[in-house]
Amino acid sequence: MSKRLNALYGWLLILPAVSLLAAFTHLPAVMTLLASVHSTPRGTRPPHFVGLDNYRDMMADPIFWQSLWNNLIYALATIPVSVALALTMALLVNRSFPGRSLARLAFFTPTVLPMIAVANIWLFFYTPDYGLLDRLVGFLGMAHHNWLGERGTALWALIAVAIWKESGFFMIFYLAALQQIPATLREAAALEGAGPWTCFRRVTLPLLMPTTLFVLINALINAFRMVDHVVVMTRGGPDNATSLLLFHIFEVGFRFWDSAYAATLTVVLVTILSLVAALKFHFLDSRTHYR
Amino acid sequence: MFISLKRMIAGVTLACGLSMAAALPAAATDLSFYFPVAVGGPITKLIDGYVAEFQKAHPDIRISPVYAGSYQDTLAKALTALKGGDAPQVAILLSTDMFTLIDEDAVLPFEQLAKSDADKAWLNAFYPAFMENSRAGGHVWGVPFQRSTVVQYWNKEAFKEAGLDPEKPPQTWDELVAFGHRLTKRDAGGAVTQWGVQIPSSGFPYWLFQCLAIENGVVLANEAGDKTDYANPKAIESLQFWHDLSARERIHPSGVVEWGTTPKDFFERKAAIIWTTTGNLTNIRANAPFAFGVSMLPEKVRRGSPTGGGNFYVFKNASPEQRTAALEFVKFMTSAERAAQWGIDTGYVATRPDAWETPAMKAYVAGFPAAAVARDQLQYSVAELSTHDNQRVTKALNDALQAVLTGAKSPAEALGEAQANAERLLKSYR
Repeated sequence: MSKRLNALYGWLLILPAVSLLAAFTHLPAVMTLLASVHSTPRGTRPPHFVGLDNYRDMMADPIFWQSLWNNLIYALATIPVSVALALTMALLVNRSFPGRSLARLAFFTPTVLPMIAVANIWLFFYTPDYGLLDRLVGFLGMAHHNWLGERGTALWALIAVAIWKESGFFMIFYLAALQQIPATLREAAALEGAGPWTCFRRVTLPLLMPTTLFVLINALINAFRMVDHVVVMTRGGPDNATSLLLFHIFEVGFRFWDSAYAATLTVVLVTILSLVAALKFHFLDSRTHYR
Repeated sequence: MFISLKRMIAGVTLACGLSMAAALPAAATDLSFYFPVAVGGPITKLIDGYVAEFQKAHPDIRISPVYAGSYQDTLAKALTALKGGDAPQVAILLSTDMFTLIDEDAVLPFEQLAKSDADKAWLNAFYPAFMENSRAGGHVWGVPFQRSTVVQYWNKEAFKEAGLDPEKPPQTWDELVAFGHRLTKRDAGGAVTQWGVQIPSSGFPYWLFQCLAIENGVVLANEAGDKTDYANPKAIESLQFWHDLSARERIHPSGVVEWGTTPKDFFERKAAIIWTTTGNLTNIRANAPFAFGVSMLPEKVRRGSPTGGGNFYVFKNASPEQRTAALEFVKFMTSAERAAQWGIDTGYVATRPDAWETPAMKAYVAGFPAAAVARDQLQYSVAELSTHDNQRVTKALNDALQAVLTGAKSPAEALGEAQANAERLLKSYR
């Protein structure tokens, strides 16, 4: 009796979490999957089962492939740079010097700002001729450039914004991790005659590995999740040069009103993100011995 | 204790009932009305003011105006609400979204509402150019409200400096190129400090491209909205011209030019001639630190510009009483006096000829003749590109235009692909 009562208590205790998860995560996921194998309902025409037609259309959709490719470049460029920058900034502000809090605040500010505001600020930086960047470049005697209007530079311009925005956020994780490392370890290394570089490479960096992994995975997820700046700065243009996967989904869903195809693309995105999450749990669990 | 509580409840209920009865002499009709804001200025305040005025004249109708964001947001909210069974009864949406609304079975044709002779006369009072985007399949689906068109702005000071007559803007494509060369200024290092001409191409380049296509004598879509003509040789020629303004003539900035900063480029003297919407008139008038002019767009084989902007739509889910009330409201909002006032307050083109005959509008035009340019251009105007599956068919063209302007494809190749794409999307609607 008491065992059954315990089980009942258990179920009751997780009921709120389970019902919320079911209503807002699992049910929509299943419905998305169902929508992706049906046609888009239009007006008086209800949806009907179409099998894998939407997926076949997706394979033939050049904008899908370009968005995926753009997203890959975007991820591969933003992640290493923002993580390296985050680590550097964390090391800088982990020491004590006058104005340390101010420096920390300065590095963290981009994270606090909403992406829409950030994108608008950078829109001004990138304005041809009289924008900040072109003024700077002109001062150095180089030619002006239409940063967001040329296909060669548009995606890189967005990548720069993402790095600027993200690294401060990751810095916080590194800063917390650095403060967890006991000072005795570094003192011991110094006694053994290790210089600052060896100390960093052989003591600090290995101890930061779990954080690095955590940050890497989060950066990867963010690379597929953040599109606000695309909407504000380029709307995917010129000619889809800056279209990212989630932005493409948004366009298909809320500009073309093709909800079935948007669901198909969403299934692909969710699959990618689930793989990343699986990777995250696998690695993070097997590396916990570092702690 | 219990008795007093019961009494209290009864009393409150009675009071509520009485006060409600007092507030609703006849059963009032509720209308929910979605509107977007697409230009600068205190638009929500203006709309709220008009609604308050309407309420005063019609105490039996209660309107709740809902500001719903951009055109895009407003359409998204209206269609989402429709799918949830809670659509607004009246909304201002893009005239080009007409086919989308028809295909979603969302809106009512106005003939079903406007049955009396006076109502029919009202439907016929608008400029024909604006009705082109409001009619399909023999029905009127939208009533013009906040409508605009593309015009040419030029910097008179820059013209003087370049030795051109400041009162004579370019009137043909050849003049545009010739004036553009004289207006383009370079510094010692060869970097451009002032471009001759600037035609924006971000976001919705198809609208600006349509100007060039119309001027070259080609209409990009048929009236039924089920066939496009993107790969017409005349269209290819028009795109070649736009491309050459920067790539060959070097009098136009290269790459994709941002729509939003184009007026600012004009104030900052970075561009001596710009093409943009009449909706920017009030903005440019307030901010340009030099004398400027407004003119019709230059011609190639003819003059022309597409119209643009938003129409009133009435949704199908409205009850018979709501439909009558909605018609009253739309008639009120589009009357000659209101159209004139709205045009003066915002820069939108007053939508009917008799609005330009009102004393308020006459006084406004007398003090600011540039305001009448858009009206005078209307006789040459053509419907804005609008088809079934509109956003997608338009995006095919937008991508092609940006591909050419960034030098990735030739006009013939890009427009050929866009036409094939549009053909695939539109086949099922014929």
